[in-house]
Amino acid sequence: MTSTHWLELQGLDLRENGVQIIANATLKVGAGRTAILGPNGAGKSSLLRLMHGLLKPTGGRLIWPQTMTQSMVFQRPVMLRATVLANVDYGLALRGIPAAERREKAIAALHRVGLPELADRPARRLSGGEQQRVALARAWALEPQLLFLDEPTASLDPASSREVERIIGEMAATGTRIVMTTHNLGQARRIAEEVIFLDGGRVLEQTPVEEFFRRPQTTAAQAFLQEEAP
Amino acid sequence: MAEITNSLLLATDMVTAGDSRLAAIVALSLAVSFSATLISCLLGMPLGALLAVGRFPGRRVLVVIFNGLMGLPPVVVGLLVYLLLSRAGPLGQFGLLFTPTAMVIAQTVLITPIVAALTRQVIEDEWREYREQLRSLGASRTRAARTLLWNARFSLFTAALAGFGRAIAEVGAVMIVGGNIDGVTRVMTTTIALETSKGDLPLALALGVILITVVLAINAAAYALRQWAENRWG
Ligand SMILES: Nc1ncnc2c1ncn2[C@@H]1O[C@H](COP(=O)(O)OP(=O)(O)OP(=O)(O)O)[C@@H](O)[C@H]1O
Ligand SMILES: [Mg+2]
Repeated sequence: MTSTHWLELQGLDLRENGVQIIANATLKVGAGRTAILGPNGAGKSSLLRLMHGLLKPTGGRLIWPQTMTQSMVFQRPVMLRATVLANVDYGLALRGIPAAERREKAIAALHRVGLPELADRPARRLSGGEQQRVALARAWALEPQLLFLDEPTASLDPASSREVERIIGEMAATGTRIVMTTHNLGQARRIAEEVIFLDGGRVLEQTPVEEFFRRPQTTAAQAFLQEEAP
Repeated sequence: MAEITNSLLLATDMVTAGDSRLAAIVALSLAVSFSATLISCLLGMPLGALLAVGRFPGRRVLVVIFNGLMGLPPVVVGLLVYLLLSRAGPLGQFGLLFTPTAMVIAQTVLITPIVAALTRQVIEDEWREYREQLRSLGASRTRAARTLLWNARFSLFTAALAGFGRAIAEVGAVMIVGGNIDGVTRVMTTTIALETSKGDLPLALALGVILITVVLAINAAAYALRQWAENRWG
């Protein structure tokens, strides 16, 4: 087992308002596609935020062997009061990409998520699922080395979910590392190589995906799988 | 009672006839308050946005100060600007006292805190909603402030109008620094004050009606714009 990891967590703690949200998370992430699983309130979104640098741990540390460009698709997408195209364009503009090139990339990204015809629509007026896909396009356009996805298909219909899974698969195939949370166990199985199982802010398991679903180590994970999968 | 109805009739005549003296007063009022509003938006909105998203020592103190300054009494602002601009004052050499420019300066001082404080509130709410997304995309705080100013443009229009409403309706500051000189620095509010004290009610009433109409029309326009924007942009 000499897998090279690209992120290491050492005793990571997160406390907010007296609530222990993440407790002593110690692990190495090396898989190309990782799924963080666990019940509501387990701390999945918080762990993604810590990894992405949006939250500062109250204890422990993150070690990045090499720096990676990152983007994140949030559980609840946030759109600017601008057109869909402008929303995708904005992230590219922040990277200092020239306008002509930006437009091309933004349109390509919208094609990628199957929404090119919505380019000129006000982004905040789109349905939740459409906004989720725009958020994915916005992240995809930045061509990150590492992509965090927080329940990327939670509000999508089955066809769109499949589509998004396909896009995630393609990104992973071109070398983008994926760390995602999901409540869709089938999806975790289809996409992930490795599962990190969280419960009550604690990392209880980190196992290859097949093993996790076949023989979960902890009783908490067993109970979780029983309840989530009918 | 008869006097009031008479005055009202005369006032209506003046408005419908487009009385030139009346028109000049209204035009000056609008020009002075519009200029003051424009300048206070240019100053107050970036300031308010930085107060909302910035992290620098003294930020909280500034927030409290600007909130407090929202209630600045116009006469006090007039007095301060008078002292600045008077012959012996630090800016006396420019000879601005009793000119429309002095009135613009006084109203700018009066309403910039209002625009800044309202902007801060709006942008703070926006920042709560967009903070993580903007940081994730790699926006610096100043860039985020700029982005959110644009993003909140429709709400900020309301902040600007609050400033304009305050400016066009105040008497004390323009009275002191403008001097209420006939044909030069006489605006709606100062004319109303003067004509009422002289007993010339028709002109005062005509101006009063126009002033109320202007304020109502502007608020109606602001309301319509917000409705439209909410509907269009979400
Ligand atoms: N600022 C905060 N103050 C107090 N408690 C917080 C704060 N932020 C998060 N929490 C709590 O931390 C826990 C973990 O939240 P988190 O959003 O990470 O859960 P999650 O695993 O993503 O859940 P879900 O599946 O519902 O998305 C929750 O119980 C939440 O209430
Ligand atoms: Mg979550």
